[in-house]
Amino acid sequence: MAVKKFMYVNRKAPYGTVYALESLEVVLIGAAFDQDVSLAFIGDGVYELTKGQDTKAIGQKNFSPVYSALGDYDVNKIYVEKESLEERGLTLDDLQHLVWEDEDEDYAEKDSIRLVSRAELADVMSEQEIILSF
Amino acid sequence: MKFSIQVNEGPYQKQASDTAYQFAKAAIAAGHEIFRIFFYHDGVNNATKLAVPPQDDRHIPKLWSELSKEHNLDLVVCIAAAQRRGMMDADEAKRQGFEDNNLIEGFRISGLGQLIEAGIESDRLVVFGA
Repeated sequence: MAVKKFMYVNRKAPYGTVYALESLEVVLIGAAFDQDVSLAFIGDGVYELTKGQDTKAIGQKNFSPVYSALGDYDVNKIYVEKESLEERGLTLDDLQHLVWEDEDEDYAEKDSIRLVSRAELADVMSEQEIILSF
Repeated sequence: MKFSIQVNEGPYQKQASDTAYQFAKAAIAAGHEIFRIFFYHDGVNNATKLAVPPQDDRHIPKLWSELSKEHNLDLVVCIAAAQRRGMMDADEAKRQGFEDNNLIEGFRISGLGQLIEAGIESDRLVVFGA
């Protein structure tokens, strides 16, 4: 099967709408297809990766721990837009520390999150073949 | 060109499903191939056979159903999104212990892998809604 460059663009806060959760479901299923996968988090989508989420008061499932499993699915190119973080008063320290293990380097643990500018992300997007936006 | 289409919104509340339908019709009329149309998020509600819109309005699920029949289109409803929203085919209804199903003819329920496959197999995957 051909390998294509897939990018999942996450634009919405984790709760309030179902898009973040159902985006994650596509990513996990899609991982089985051995494609070249990237995730982008822009706008309110950056909130999806924040650490310390607590959903008890809204009666919904906290699905944020699933992001830390993405590395095990070989999903390790996670682009976070710098301007989107800044506009919301957030820094990388507010996000989960997502890592993956590089088989080619004796399973060395590496960071999955790549902090990029809006312009840099635009370049990455323009290289993609399939962009699914949530 | 070989197209696949993803529909992310339900009928009526937003125009996404109408626009996707018009796009599919226009693509077919122009001689293009539609590999698959995948319904995700609230888009699964386009597959209901229980909609009864006013007679002077379009019947969106029926329009999809008829288009599928006319051109032998593969209309796929995401099972994960469908189960959440109470959309099921006869097999699933039976498995869940319901007396009837609510899927209109021309749609089938399957997994998200069908969306990924559509992306791989098509020249373009065009997304409507969200």
